[in-house]
Amino acid sequence: MSQRLVNWFKFASPASFYPLAGKMWPWFAAIGTVLAAAGLWISFFVAPTDFQQGEGYRIIFIHVPASWMSMFIYCVMAFWAAIGITFNTRLSGMMSSALAPTGALFAFLSLWTGALWGKPMWGAWWVWDARLTSELILFFLYIGYIALTAAIDDPRRADKAGAIISLVGVVNVPIIYFSVKWWNTLHQGASVSLTKAPSMAATMLWGMLIMALAFWMYSIAIALYRVRAIILERERHTTWVAELPEMQR
Amino acid sequence: MNAFIAIVRRDLLLAARRKSEVFTALFFFMIVVSLFPLGIGPETAMLRRIAPGVLWVAALLAAMLSLNRLFAADHQDGTLEQMSLSPTPLALLVSGKVLAHWLTSGLPLVLLAPVLGLQFDLSPRALGVLMVSLLLGTPVLSLVGAIGAALTLGVRGGGVLLSLLVLPLYIPALIFGAGAVEADVAGLGAGGHLSLLGALLALGVFFAPWAATAALRIALE
Amino acid sequence: MLRAHGLACDRGDRRLFSAVDFSLAPGEWLQVEGANGAGKTSLLRMLAGLAPSADGHIEWDGQPVSNVRDEFHARLLYLGHAPAIKEDLSALENLQTAAAVAGRPLDEATALAALRRIGLKGREDLPARVLSQGQKRRVALARLLCSQARLWILDEPFVALDVAAVSQLCSILDEHLSRGGLLVFTSHQAVQLGGIGNTLRLGPDPDASRPRPTIAEVQA
Repeated sequence: MSQRLVNWFKFASPASFYPLAGKMWPWFAAIGTVLAAAGLWISFFVAPTDFQQGEGYRIIFIHVPASWMSMFIYCVMAFWAAIGITFNTRLSGMMSSALAPTGALFAFLSLWTGALWGKPMWGAWWVWDARLTSELILFFLYIGYIALTAAIDDPRRADKAGAIISLVGVVNVPIIYFSVKWWNTLHQGASVSLTKAPSMAATMLWGMLIMALAFWMYSIAIALYRVRAIILERERHTTWVAELPEMQR
Repeated sequence: MNAFIAIVRRDLLLAARRKSEVFTALFFFMIVVSLFPLGIGPETAMLRRIAPGVLWVAALLAAMLSLNRLFAADHQDGTLEQMSLSPTPLALLVSGKVLAHWLTSGLPLVLLAPVLGLQFDLSPRALGVLMVSLLLGTPVLSLVGAIGAALTLGVRGGGVLLSLLVLPLYIPALIFGAGAVEADVAGLGAGGHLSLLGALLALGVFFAPWAATAALRIALE
Repeated sequence: MLRAHGLACDRGDRRLFSAVDFSLAPGEWLQVEGANGAGKTSLLRMLAGLAPSADGHIEWDGQPVSNVRDEFHARLLYLGHAPAIKEDLSALENLQTAAAVAGRPLDEATALAALRRIGLKGREDLPARVLSQGQKRRVALARLLCSQARLWILDEPFVALDVAAVSQLCSILDEHLSRGGLLVFTSHQAVQLGGIGNTLRLGPDPDASRPRPTIAEVQA
């Protein structure tokens, strides 16, 4: 047990995580590309045309996985924040800040595709649907995290402040979600829900799951890539960075 | 506990010496609320409908005005260092500061709100619910705001950043607070909303001082 | 008994100082010297437990400070760079609230006596806003007179004081040392104090862009 703990903490040091991340990210990128190709093929050519919504519904193959990932990534950020606060590891803060832009990107993508889907569905670019509204607030939380960490010059301090705001945010996300949901039912009654399409065919579900997996692999790959850049930037004065083969040129 | 009382008393004394800051926030609240009828039109039925939302949003903005001063002065003159060296836990002292902040910026809003509610032709009953909802909700604003104020302490562009961080977190309080008054006006009963607001307050009292303290320790390092 | 082992301080990418060792027994004082930006204030904040050390550790009565934090803080009086004076409160109110927040409430008579001894007679009820820089420092220093703390950590206590106040402060510090107190302070001027004195010079780092040990001399 203790042996395993030691091994884990070995990779908590940026110097040993940097080469590991370098080995891992191309694999995740490759798996992500394959899955995305498969997912897009299913969503465009295999999934049947919806008899109510026509071809326009196909945007949910992007929209729904993007929403899932945006929420999931926020939870992962909060997880790293908790690790960082408990064990005071430098890598956790770097992981959080590497994940934030990807999370914000997915939240934005989810809002954008939601609007594109809403126009043919409801005849309006934006409706105050509970899910869309929560997604918007989640996007604000991401922006707040990024703005706060960007405004603090000392990276260690920025990491710690970011950890606190992401933990506060993750406690608030369910509260915000349920309050918005309640507000929504109070004001306009049951609305069309994006995920409860009238007849969810099995192929549609498969398409969405595969796309979600593809997004997941993409997120891991890009986060690892970004964390490598962050490690290099922060540790540029150390000897191990100076001894890296890519620094010898 | 003595230190807690001492810090509440000190902050109230400081606010009493600088009354203008308290009044500025109050007048801001009044002006913002009065702008809405001017922008929308004086039709009574419409005003009655928008009143809860307008009053709550204005209260939220007014409570935020004084937030960036919550810890800034103490940070600058070294009092915060002394507080963190006190044998009394810093979280307790922070709670004292939040309480004093609410007494000087939240409570006046609660007392002024029914007068402004009259401008919107709210019934006496609805005014009562508005006061109760603000009474439960404004402490949540101070508590959550304290986390944001502590995080943006000494940070470039702190004021704007503070609103960016804090406003999304205020949304549940806004929904339940304004919702309570609306539900009462619609004859649905405000009990559910008010108890949820109370739950938010209980949650805030437990967790916010702790999070704000952790953020202050970062700023102190 | 205060001991420091291998303390180091990083500011951004630079290492301000490292390998700072000293020990301080009851009745001893330590003057920290160094050029501007050498890390004097950082070292004092580290000793007070306000900032973490990048390396090494601090012991109080043979125990790591992190283990006996509350006990250590109960015995510590720290006067920082900023004097923690509220402009809108009077000298008396400042002294009394500072003591109450520190968990050692002061009655009015003791507080007044301290203010008079430090040379603020007749100005006890004036708001600190109208006091001069030196008088504000004196309000902060009045806390020394009311203090039961064993360890005093003072950042630039002599700054902005006139000649009379300097000699008065020296006698206050002497009293503290003769009671078996410990004292750490920074100052640019040479100070004559009783008891056993040490000087710690924080040296400048010749190649500031690289983390590299600097020489910290401890002279008895």
